Order: sequence, then C-alpha cells, then structure tokens
Amino acid sequence: MKVTRAEHCIVALAECFRGDGEIVANPIGTIPMIAGRLARASFEPRLMATDGEAALIADHGAFSWPAGRTVEYYNPYRSMFDIVWSGRRHVVMGATQIDAYGNQNFAAIGADYSVPKAQLIGFRGAPGNTVNHATSYWVPNHSPRVFVEKVDVVTGVGWDRAEAAGPAALEFFDLRRVVTDLGVFDFGGPAHRMRLIGVHPGVSVEQVLGATGFEPAVAEPMGLTRDPTDEELRLIREVIDPEGLRHRELPEDRR
Amino acid sequence: MSKLLGEADVVSQLSDGMTIGIGGWGSRRKPMSIVKAIAASRLCDLTVVSCAGPDLGVLCAAGKVRRAVYPFASLDSVPLEPHFRVARQAGRVEDVPFDEGMFLLGLQAAAWRVPFLPTRAGLGSDLMSLNPTLSTVRSPFEDGLELVAVPALRLDAAICHLNVSDENGNAAFLGPDLYFDDLFLRAAPARRFISVERVVPTADLVKEAGTELRLRVARMMVDGVVESPGGARFTSCEPDYGRDEETQRAYADSARSVEAWRDFWRSWA
Repeated sequence: MKVTRAEHCIVALAECFRGDGEIVANPIGTIPMIAGRLARASFEPRLMATDGEAALIADHGAFSWPAGRTVEYYNPYRSMFDIVWSGRRHVVMGATQIDAYGNQNFAAIGADYSVPKAQLIGFRGAPGNTVNHATSYWVPNHSPRVFVEKVDVVTGVGWDRAEAAGPAALEFFDLRRVVTDLGVFDFGGPAHRMRLIGVHPGVSVEQVLGATGFEPAVAEPMGLTRDPTDEELRLIREVIDPEGLRHRELPEDRR
Repeated sequence: MSKLLGEADVVSQLSDGMTIGIGGWGSRRKPMSIVKAIAASRLCDLTVVSCAGPDLGVLCAAGKVRRAVYPFASLDSVPLEPHFRVARQAGRVEDVPFDEGMFLLGLQAAAWRVPFLPTRAGLGSDLMSLNPTLSTVRSPFEDGLELVAVPALRLDAAICHLNVSDENGNAAFLGPDLYFDDLFLRAAPARRFISVERVVPTADLVKEAGTELRLRVARMMVDGVVESPGGARFTSCEPDYGRDEETQRAYADSARSVEAWRDFWRSWA
C-alpha cells in the first residue's frame, strides 16, 4: 500500500527523536504523538512518553489502550516542570506563526497585544520549554501565514532572541527542527536562520519556498524524507494508530 | 467546628477589585457553582488568576473581569476559550500573561511568603515586555546569571473544587491530578474556599479517598466549605463525572452574540 503524506511526516518527526535516549518525548498533536511512539517502538527504545494526562506509560498505542495502560511513572501537572527544568524532555509544539530564527507564536495575532485581532491559547509552557530543553515544531499547514518574517508575539524563543537574552537563556537552548506537511527544516543557516534540509516525496523545493513567507537557507544537496520500513509501517497502521487519526489531521486528498 | 456555608456566603466575603485565584485546569474540576454565583453578583473589577477555562470565560461574559493573570485559556475539547477571546478582542480585559511553570513559581512564592522565585522561563520571550510585573534578578553566586524574578501571586481569595471533604475543610482529590489547587489555597492568607461533591465525617476521609496520599488539602488551608454535588459541571470532576460536552458546546456557541450568551446563561443558571 502507498505510503501517505501523513506517514512520511510521521517518519520525519520520529527522526527528530533519534539519539535522544532516556528522556520524555513529548510531542503535542496527533501526528507528532504517533511519531514519538514510532521512535520508541523502533530505533529509540529508551524514550519515555506521556498518556496526555498524569502518567508516563510504556504502551505503544498513541490514543487508546483497550487492554489498559502500563504506567511507568505518576507525572501530575506539577511534576512536568521538574522534568522540563531538569532538561530531560524533547517537546514538539505547534505554531500559529514561526519566523526564520524559530521564534514561535501561539498567544495572539495582531500588532497591538492589548487588543489582539485574534486571542489564541496563551503562552502555555513555550517560554520555559525553549530555554530548558530540546524543542521541535510541527506545522501541518505550511503557508506564508504561518512562516512569517516576524511573529506578532514571541512565545517560544528563537535563536536571535535567545542570543540577545544572554547566557542563562542560551545554556540549555536546543532548537532542533521544524517539520511541516511539505518538508523539514533545521537552524543551520547563516546566524542560525532556518534551513530547508529535506522535502517529502512529491514535494518540490520551489513549492516549499513558495509557501514560506521569508527566505530560508537551502541545504545542498537537498534531502528527501525516507519511506517508513515495512516494520515501521506495520507499527503505525496496526499498533500505534489503528483508527487512522493521522489522516484526519492530514487528509491524503487535501492538496 | 464546621466551616460549611453556601455559595452566597462565599460571594458575600468577596469585594470589588479583589484578586481571586481559581483552581482546576482548563475545563477540569473548576468550582463552577461558585463561579456562577460570582457571575450573578454585583461584584466587579476582579483580577482572575487561573489555569483558565470556562471559569475565566463565564466571568468575562458576565463583565466581572478587569484583569486576567493566566498561562493559558482553553476548554480542552474546544481548544480556545471563546468568551475570553471575545473580551480580549474587544479590549475589555487587561492581560497579564504567564508561562505555565512561571505561574507555578508565582503561586509557590506567595505560599512560601517570599517576594519572588527565580527561573530561566521567560528569558528571550515577549513575556518580559508584555507582563509588567516581571523583572530580572542576578545570581549572587559565581555564575552571575541573570534570571527572571517571578513575583509572588498573592491572592485575596482562593476557590477550588475537590471531590470530598469533611466539614472542617480537610479534603481529597480523587481524579488523576491535584493540579495547583493546594498552592492556590496557600497563596491566599484568607478567604480560602472549597466546594466539594460530598461532605463526610473526618473518620471516613481515608476510606473515601482510598489512601491518605490523596488527602492534600488540610483544614488550616480552608476557611469555608460549600457542599455542592455537581459543583464543577459542565467541567469534569473525575471520577465522579466527566465533562458535559453538550453543555460545553452550547456554552462555546453562546460567545457569538450578547443575546446568545443571555440565552445560555438563563438556561444554565
């Protein structure tokens, strides 16, 4: 069966966790959660994972555990900050806006914060996450509205802002990758600007650049997101996401 | 010495302009029966401190909120708090944004009676310019690092909903998470109120809770107890009940107009 775009995105996001070892992989969102489970079930078995509530669990299923959960650790809301501030976590957050240095916004849209055009969720844990441990982003709708020259509000800290804020902000700053429905970026461009390092099968570099509201660096040679192995595909389809929620987040016929 | 009282008694101890901390998280275990009583009262100009859900939204829709101190506002199954959005986008609410961990430290500082606690959280972000209460502090030690000083979030009143208590205010949470409820109750020197699903004799508390590990609210942290079965509805109060998604959807839909809110309020209150 043909590998879907959602499944390539899952592979690209799972690869973000390669080499992370015994930390909490905390991907937020449907496709990132599947990807975290996939990394642990295959090449990064020491990762720990949340049930989305107050426990770290050993199960491969991402969303439901009909046979019951296998709890490894009780991790109520407050304990999460012990993990965040000790650095043993790699978060994958969403972004309503993100700029070339990886500054993220999901708090509010508009020039005047006191009367925003659109109030969003708030700062959540983004400021603390980004200066304490590994951070990657997932953007399921890659467009110039998301990839902007300058975000309206800096919630998650990017490279330029971390450098300006000084050593306490930089010491554990670890901005990794941005994965979208079109491709994969790191921050290996000049002055840590975003750099396109890979596209998903069926996507051209021009298509990515056209959907990006700033000029990213472009890696040479350009990478191509690999296909999942047969075993990875079986894990995704039969074990981690048998309900197919990945295609609800990213329908195959969307573009 | 019983501390039992009603929602109206709680409201009578609050006054205009107070800073009120509300426990729970998003649309989980919110003290909605007391929130409803505040919304129906003549109180105004409140500062609401909350991991916000419909507690903040209802009070915004009722015109009670002057200032919101919060790390996020969400209804969980509805990602964004619709009534808070309306109030913010109309410029009716002063916004004091926090990072979640920073919010924990603010409550903890108030509970420990220190003026601030230091953290890296906030450095480099727009919190430093958008939240005027934040400052920075230099480590007095060899590292000399400049960190964020999170000011104590001192509360004039704290309100939480728990599953079970005795009439003196010893209480237990039976769901998956206490959230910051104990910190809210400690961050207020007075006017600390809990509502609970049921009040039982002190001798039955451990049996009700299953283990003493769940007895995380002590009577010295509580000034008043409201027995309010279903008092968190339409938010969840596991394991007593889950979220009433249908009512929550109706609540969310009612943000589209003043008339829609009035209709919802009439049927809900």
